[in-house]
Amino acid sequence: TERQTADTQWVTCVDRIGASRDQAAFARLFAHFAPRVKAFLMKSGADEALAEECAQEVMATVWHKAHLFDPERASVATWIFTIARNRRIDVLRKQRRPEPEDLPWGPDHAPDQSETVALQQETEQLGRALEALPEAQRVLIERAYFGELSHREIAAETGLPLGTIKSRIRLALDRLRHEMT
Amino acid sequence: MTTRITHHLNDALLMSYAAGSLPEAFSLVVATHVSLCDECRARLAGFEAVGGAVLEAEEPAAAMAEDSLAATLRRIAAMPEETHMRAPEPDAASDPVFPMPLRDYVGGDAQDVHWRALGGGVRQAVLPTEKDATVRLLYIPAGMAMPDHGHGGMELTMVLQGAFEDAGGRYGRGDVEVAGEDLDHTPVAAPGPDCICLAATDAPLKFRGILPRLAQPFIGI
Ligand SMILES: [Zn+2]
Ligand SMILES: [Zn+2]
Repeated sequence: TERQTADTQWVTCVDRIGASRDQAAFARLFAHFAPRVKAFLMKSGADEALAEECAQEVMATVWHKAHLFDPERASVATWIFTIARNRRIDVLRKQRRPEPEDLPWGPDHAPDQSETVALQQETEQLGRALEALPEAQRVLIERAYFGELSHREIAAETGLPLGTIKSRIRLALDRLRHEMT
Repeated sequence: MTTRITHHLNDALLMSYAAGSLPEAFSLVVATHVSLCDECRARLAGFEAVGGAVLEAEEPAAAMAEDSLAATLRRIAAMPEETHMRAPEPDAASDPVFPMPLRDYVGGDAQDVHWRALGGGVRQAVLPTEKDATVRLLYIPAGMAMPDHGHGGMELTMVLQGAFEDAGGRYGRGDVEVAGEDLDHTPVAAPGPDCICLAATDAPLKFRGILPRLAQPFIGI
């Protein structure tokens, strides 16, 4: 049996919301992520009222897009981060966000459980690596993600161990390309 | 729609795109390249995972308003159901030159661009974005050289059709050249199909020759 990660329960919640509009699963997801999204938006420059409103909108988007979530390519935290980031660009910067062409799996695709768990474990390792960084470096990375640093200020060398996550996603993309042909 | 790509985006660009702080003009080049490049798509997903870790580590998290969950459920009820329909895919036979994010800005594919002639067969079309950086399509006939120039800031040039060469090497479909203040170059469109590229800049180019410098106010590069 595979090791349970904290993210496993969130994947199950998103699954249930997507499949059966499960309000109890949504309440659990909301209790964990909405306060984090709100804190993230406040550190990104939103005042309390705007952050509350945007966090609610982000969680509503999570509900509506739950069936599109792909656990083989991102953890739930990562997926919710991208929704919150896009809302920030839209509301705080008032800009359009060009997104890459989507690469959806075919209709017959069944998510690979072991790939999903492996990605979750690597995401947890990344989280721990981030925590273990020297304070100054960790703060710099956080500021980058709050949108405080320009691309000039973001050093190319982040010292983050992205190699394993990258290879895992690359593997998923290769399988997807294989399915498409 | 994969292509053999040898010149990629750098980490700083992918990280600031993941963080959402890149000017819209540069974001369009990043999204267009990632559409064609699985290598950078995987690297981008890695940088987005860092964003997920930053979000997860938000502690103490902010307190939500008292009726926040109920208010969100009301919001959900008021929103139209997300349809399961995807954006219409171009049919495979048409084999578009422009990936989807670029088609969204052009309102179509390569044949739908409203070009403006710059002389010598070179044409351009500036795409509408926020003003903190500029992005344009350039059409350069095969064999034609662009004026020798330096850069006041950063220039991202991605090839969509044909190829160009400069001291940095050969750039074919999907390749991106990242040029900074330290680079002077004279890109030449390679023989073969005419070259179409997508180029974003956050400062005007610096031309060496007297003629392009005179023309610069009119060209607007
Ligand atoms: Zn690439
Ligand atoms: Zn240049």
